[in-house]
Amino acid sequence: MSSARPMLALDDVSKRFGGLKVIDGLSFEVAASERVALIGPNGAGKTTAFNLITGAYPVDSGRVLLDGIDITALPARKRIRHGLARTFQNIRLMAHLSVIENVMITQATHSGAFTAMLQPVNLWRENRWRREALDVLAAAGLGRYADEPTGALPYGIQKQVELVRALLAKPRVLLLDEPAAGLNPAETDALRERLEMVSRSGIAIVVVEHDMHFIGAFCRRVIVLNFGCKIAECATGEVHAHPRVREAYLGSESEAFDVEAA
Amino acid sequence: MSGYLEGVLVLLAINAILAYAAFLPIVAGQLNLGIAGFVAAGAYFSAYLSNEFGVPPTVAALAAAVFAGLIGLIVSFPLLRTRGIYLALATFAFGQVVQATILNLNVVGGAAGYPVREFVGFGVIGAFALAVVAAVYLLFSTRFGISITAVSDDETAADLMGLSVRGLQTAAFTIGAAIAGLAGALYAHHFSYIEAQNYTVLFSIYIVLYVLLGGTQTIFGPLLGAAVFTLLPEFLRGSAEWRYVIFACLILALMAWRPQGAVTVDLVRRLLRNRRPEGERA
Repeated sequence: MSSARPMLALDDVSKRFGGLKVIDGLSFEVAASERVALIGPNGAGKTTAFNLITGAYPVDSGRVLLDGIDITALPARKRIRHGLARTFQNIRLMAHLSVIENVMITQATHSGAFTAMLQPVNLWRENRWRREALDVLAAAGLGRYADEPTGALPYGIQKQVELVRALLAKPRVLLLDEPAAGLNPAETDALRERLEMVSRSGIAIVVVEHDMHFIGAFCRRVIVLNFGCKIAECATGEVHAHPRVREAYLGSESEAFDVEAA
Repeated sequence: MSGYLEGVLVLLAINAILAYAAFLPIVAGQLNLGIAGFVAAGAYFSAYLSNEFGVPPTVAALAAAVFAGLIGLIVSFPLLRTRGIYLALATFAFGQVVQATILNLNVVGGAAGYPVREFVGFGVIGAFALAVVAAVYLLFSTRFGISITAVSDDETAADLMGLSVRGLQTAAFTIGAAIAGLAGALYAHHFSYIEAQNYTVLFSIYIVLYVLLGGTQTIFGPLLGAAVFTLLPEFLRGSAEWRYVIFACLILALMAWRPQGAVTVDLVRRLLRNRRPEGERA
């Protein structure tokens, strides 16, 4: 579907948990600047697919390629250096760090691990690491939260902080697990505009999402999973009419796919 | 300076160093109940170096820190495979092994204890304590500080964000062990006599208590904890044998009112708030 060289490619990836095959021969490709949605009913294996791509779980078989490089055998912590960053379905900010400290975690992704650890990020209030993080936070409209503890912040703000944290790793592929969940329509629109900017800078974006209005407005291509198998891959506008997708979602839920009605 | 005052100040300085020895692993999410083992290793190593080879006590103390750190690094490989309560038990066992080993080492006096020839006074010990506080302050002003907190908050997310969880945990454990070794060496050279029977698990628990009661969220907590634990029993001397009862009640009260420890990030933020304009560069 994508003519350009794939930035992220899954090649026949499978994963079992005990006797249950949660991902079964999954293959897809995402090009630079592309925006792809990964959808499917609950338990279809969407988050598991993310966990296999980021290395949180090892794959049983198949390959994961990032910009042509096979990262299947790389431990999770090294994959971010190859340009793979993500956010989480249930926000995972560090509770004992401030907002700016949270986003600064990923900022040294591309420096040597040892020298990065010795960078005096908190010794003076004005230093280049703080300034870089503050600039990115300010660009996202989060500047005034920089020194707040993360726990007390509203849900929507926490989600934005997680996105900034992922972006500070300077990724080439961004995996977003339900970025619009829990956001009100205005916040969702703001998120979409922000992600469109991110995508224009060349970053490939894969979203797991249930909000079909968001997907309709943001993604051009949809990959549909059911019981760990890819049952459809098509342009966003066509997904609601796809017979196998309708069958997977059954009856009333298929109304959720009336993107045109939005 | 009176002998009494110097004695209290020496204990204060040594307890402050010990508190940071416990602070590093605690910040990394490790409950190390084997600190006494590293203290004992440092004390005996430094005493042996100066007694047998005439090494100056300050040099011997630094060598003892390196020695205890090396032991920490080596035992961290099996110990850090465990988590939570199991890590506490494994470090407890390590402390017992060190104590039993020294009891059987006749070259350092075994159960009879070991006299230490070279003496260091408050000047040297105080300078070492300041150096440790400064070093820990600098260390926690670097990316290491936020990384180690990130690892103890959420290992999985920290790993996915590119942090070396195992490397950071090992570093925290090892640096803590080295600081413990330094404290042990300074104690040995000041009090001129060490015996294995002192380095029990109770000793480790006391040090961990300084840190937990002082607060683990900032580097000032351990300092305050060590100061309170050293000075309060002295201030309570007037009430003779009741002083430890009062002391224990104060600990319980502190735990009830400030379960996060006396010094918290929130407290520091509130204290700093007057100095800093709100919403900078929003």
